[in-house]
Amino acid sequence: MSEPRTLNYAAAIREAFEQLLEHDPRVFVIGQGLWSPWYVGSSMTDIDKKFGRGRIIDSPVSENATTGAAVGAALAGMRPIVVHPRMDFMLLAVDPIVNQAANWSYMFGGKRGVPVVFRPIINRGGEQAAQHSQALQALFMHVPGLKLVMPATAHDAKGLLIAAVNDGNPVMYIDDRWLYAEQGQVPQEMYSTPIGQAAIRRAGGDVTVVASSYLVPQALKAADDLASRGISAEVIDLRSIKPWDKATVYGSVGRTGRLVIADGGWRTCGVAAEIAASVAEEAFDALRAPIVRVTLPDTPAPMSKQLEDAYYVDARQIGDAVARLLGVASAV
Amino acid sequence: MNTSELRDLYRTMVRIRIAEERIADLVEAGQVKCPCHLYIGQEAVAAGVCAALTKDDYVWGGHRSHGHYLAKGGALDPMMAEIFGKSTGCSDGRGGSMHLYAAEVGILGTVPLVAATIPLAVGTALASKLRADGRVSVAFFGDGATEEGHFHESMNMAAVYSLPVVFVCENNFYASHMGLMERRRADNIAKSADAHGMAGEAVDGNDIQAMVASAERAVSRARTGGGPTLIEARTFRWRGHVGPAWDMDVGVKRKDELKEWLPRDPVARARTLLVEAGVDAAALDAVVAKETAAVDAAVEFARRSPSPSADELNRHVFV
Repeated sequence: MSEPRTLNYAAAIREAFEQLLEHDPRVFVIGQGLWSPWYVGSSMTDIDKKFGRGRIIDSPVSENATTGAAVGAALAGMRPIVVHPRMDFMLLAVDPIVNQAANWSYMFGGKRGVPVVFRPIINRGGEQAAQHSQALQALFMHVPGLKLVMPATAHDAKGLLIAAVNDGNPVMYIDDRWLYAEQGQVPQEMYSTPIGQAAIRRAGGDVTVVASSYLVPQALKAADDLASRGISAEVIDLRSIKPWDKATVYGSVGRTGRLVIADGGWRTCGVAAEIAASVAEEAFDALRAPIVRVTLPDTPAPMSKQLEDAYYVDARQIGDAVARLLGVASAV
Repeated sequence: MNTSELRDLYRTMVRIRIAEERIADLVEAGQVKCPCHLYIGQEAVAAGVCAALTKDDYVWGGHRSHGHYLAKGGALDPMMAEIFGKSTGCSDGRGGSMHLYAAEVGILGTVPLVAATIPLAVGTALASKLRADGRVSVAFFGDGATEEGHFHESMNMAAVYSLPVVFVCENNFYASHMGLMERRRADNIAKSADAHGMAGEAVDGNDIQAMVASAERAVSRARTGGGPTLIEARTFRWRGHVGPAWDMDVGVKRKDELKEWLPRDPVARARTLLVEAGVDAAALDAVVAKETAAVDAAVEFARRSPSPSADELNRHVFV
């Protein structure tokens, strides 16, 4: 194992692309804006120059055709990655994702998998309003036959993309522009982060905080604040939304007896709702207090900065929720 | 086209016709329950196009795909077993009539979402271009599919990348219950090719020789790097949108049109050509007898096969 270096999240994604494309001739990338850093940030800079524009395909404005073509190419044995620079626009391609890719293995008796990766990027904030801001993981979590991963660290940004491409099933890899500058230790070689395994990012005894993606650093920040007030929070980074790691979550709740779930999506039928229901069903005896969800309200994303500040989940909302649960005063 | 080639095409069309008529009877008798969209009347389209393909070429279809499956060389037994929902079916009893699979002859799955396999065909063609494997992909779809965004996005993308794909629109003049001219201002599907910058032609889909000639032009263009083609094959389905009813289901009366189309029966026309070429009628009857026996055997195979067991309900969600 080589010495890990420090890379940021975007550079780690870029390195995964580079290694996948070098290692496997079946891998190609298609989507809008792939030749322009304006669309995909620094996560794919000059990849087209290195691997050629035949393999890094910046496409017509056709989410449905590009995503469907990727599904078809995967059925023919390729390993395509479809990039949607904003998750919102991926809704124009729901048929190939939900009706086709997700159902394919089952519809044809497991005769053929669809080794396609959908990479929608969550790109929100900055007064972009309701159609440039959505975090739609729960919508796709509902669908059988899809796997969903949401890396929170530079290490997993690389390892989960490699795992997704090699999985053999349709995997949605959801990265987040708010994390692109996050630094982390990233090994140089090609490695996979196992899909379906959570990571305990901070051990603690009073409460379990489950989070994913950009809410993991926010939960860790909240845990720091809580520690200064004598509360010991355990922070779990889900990494995979589906399948999610029940054993790690239940084990932690078994130790702490309290559960706060933070998710960057809406409240109703959300990721947090699913985890809460499962814990209530399968680990009820471990609970010493009601489960708490920290999510977006059931409201579209606003524009004005004042409204955005009130809307998006952050460390303070998580810390406040934990404090309320434990009956101690909030930070502010 | 020589007589031997024509006789092969006749055999394929007879096989489709007899299988479909049998399935119609089985549905009517309540022995087959899943929705079956019959191909009777359109046989020359599938037979003609698939005759221009090799075994490795990809073929994509929709809800009405028994004909595509059989014409491409898919085996009768697993298709019939699938329609019966048996575990020996081509999709392990998970798919039925609308989900046929025969990867060994380039059928990676047919699905009923209208137009859904058009972008998938563009995808297999893109894979072929990236791998330079020389394969051609064919997307079969109905006239209704040309009203979906899938169709136009896919046509544009195939043209932009000059992909080896042939779009075959089987214009049978009805999308379920809605007539073509209730859904568009002009009867001009083939002209979509111009708009998307590719070759296109309309052809009599009930004339097997015209179908083969048209498909050969398109497949040869695709195979030699000339890019995609749109073929509008003008034809008519004899039965209703779904199931065995002749001229009326979902409240549509089509009797007058059917009267015009029945004499253009593609199977009978091929038979006439063979007889005119000097083929003995007894030899043609023997083809019918042989295909009937094969369909009988497939139905028997399906009936004898086990159903999937309930304890494997959740199997195959992932590979």
